[in-house]
Amino acid sequence: MIFTHFKRITRTGFINFWRNGFLSFSAIVVITLSLSVFGALIFGSAFGRALLKEVKNKVDINVYFVLDSQESDILSLKKTIEKLPEVSKVEYVSRDQALIDFKEKWKDNTLILQGLDEIGTNPFPAILNIKAKEPSQYAGIANFLDSKNSFSKDGNNIVEKVNYNQNKLIIDRLSRIIPAVEKAGSILAIILIIVAVIITFNTIRLIIFTAKDEISVMKLVGASNAYIRGPFVVSGIMYGIFSGIITLVLLGVFAYYSDVLIVKFAGVQSANDFEILVNVFSSYFFENFGQIFGIIMGSGIVLAAISSYLAVRKYLKV
Amino acid sequence: MIYFDKVTKIYPDDSLALDQVSFGVEPNEFITIVGHSGAGKTTLLKMLIAEEYPTEGTVFFESANIHRLKKRDMNKLRRRIGMIFQDYRLIPNKTAYENIAFAMEAVGRSDSEISSDVPHVLELVDLGNKIWNFPHELSGGEKQRVAIARAIVTQPDIIIADEPTGNLDPINTYEIIKILQKINELGTTVLLTTHNKGVVDAVSGRVITMEKGKITRDDKAGKYIL
Repeated sequence: MIFTHFKRITRTGFINFWRNGFLSFSAIVVITLSLSVFGALIFGSAFGRALLKEVKNKVDINVYFVLDSQESDILSLKKTIEKLPEVSKVEYVSRDQALIDFKEKWKDNTLILQGLDEIGTNPFPAILNIKAKEPSQYAGIANFLDSKNSFSKDGNNIVEKVNYNQNKLIIDRLSRIIPAVEKAGSILAIILIIVAVIITFNTIRLIIFTAKDEISVMKLVGASNAYIRGPFVVSGIMYGIFSGIITLVLLGVFAYYSDVLIVKFAGVQSANDFEILVNVFSSYFFENFGQIFGIIMGSGIVLAAISSYLAVRKYLKV
Repeated sequence: MIYFDKVTKIYPDDSLALDQVSFGVEPNEFITIVGHSGAGKTTLLKMLIAEEYPTEGTVFFESANIHRLKKRDMNKLRRRIGMIFQDYRLIPNKTAYENIAFAMEAVGRSDSEISSDVPHVLELVDLGNKIWNFPHELSGGEKQRVAIARAIVTQPDIIIADEPTGNLDPINTYEIIKILQKINELGTTVLLTTHNKGVVDAVSGRVITMEKGKITRDDKAGKYIL
């Protein structure tokens, strides 16, 4: 009995879905739009996170050493710094390496290279590039470097300068802006989700409104509420499935072309500067496909099914 | 089997639709209720399926007070009553077959019963060749015949027909009445409202006359008198 009921409800739901083709189509369009909002939010936050990560990566403090400092002294200082809990990475650039890097960077500019040749000796100091885990932690690291007796064994100060103070302004701003951006992003996301849910619900309500008389006839024939409601919920689930599939295809296409466009508009140079942004959408989309699939399909189906369930209720009170 | 006990219905806009109406229906009767539009005929029928609730008084179906039934029992009651309306009330996106099958599915009949009974009942109302047509492809008389087939297919104890011939021409009217009489002869109680004199004279059963919410006459084998 329960099985026959289930079979009949499912069949009727399918038939209604196909016969009310235009209504189903408009429901799918609206739900697809709502789901695209969800998709846009997913991509937006992925993009935002990638961007923030990249900007955070760009920020570091550099310790310049006096030209005649010993490499062993620098390396032992590096070890001490690496032990600090706030530090995520310390990179050592030796004097020779700094020279090679410089030559590589200006290899097309003969004027600069000539100037370098004229100096004769290597003018570049050795550097430690220090990256903190959070932008707010740079102050602590800088303080540590100031208070630390960074002297070599024979008592000379090997640190020429620490450029924290030059970078302080941007570091401070970042540590204030990043939480604000994250907060604003989540508020915007919540508003958009509410709007999408309301629009979907109202569309399905309108569709079911057209079946108002049909529902009252079913009641008068003596059909139970569950039996009347079932096919509408089945149709709702189908709206959700179709909308979900369409949305996923749209998101895939968007991810592919937006990556192409980013490189095109930002230019190859800055695309390399922000190398993490190359293929940010498509790699995010394909790496997290399971999760995105779950969110889009799940919210589409649940949203449409619950909307249908609630919308029918109004007309069942005969 | 049905008893109206001093039923009064006042609609929210203060119009008095039924005024202290009392009467009984015996099994296997064919009752025609006549009266002008607005006399309260439709309200009376709506009381029977609990589509409207009385302001005062009670309506009994056998020993049960219709308006005190739980939802589940209400559905069971409605399955024992076949309804026929002036505007047919077929489900527009279902074929004739599916409209009737739906009524059987709702009562929980098996698939084999449905596939054997539905063509049979459509044959009975002379629509054997229009099984797969949608309502908009049928004429008024044909739609009403589908509606009758839907009402009788679940073998209800009573058929309630609210001006079933109101939208039909005389020939179709006559055919519908013939079908209803046949159903009555097969043992089903029929409650019919009309304001068509020809219908009343053709039926020649018990006639209840209503005026302004009151029963003014109740004649065994009555005639149309207004």
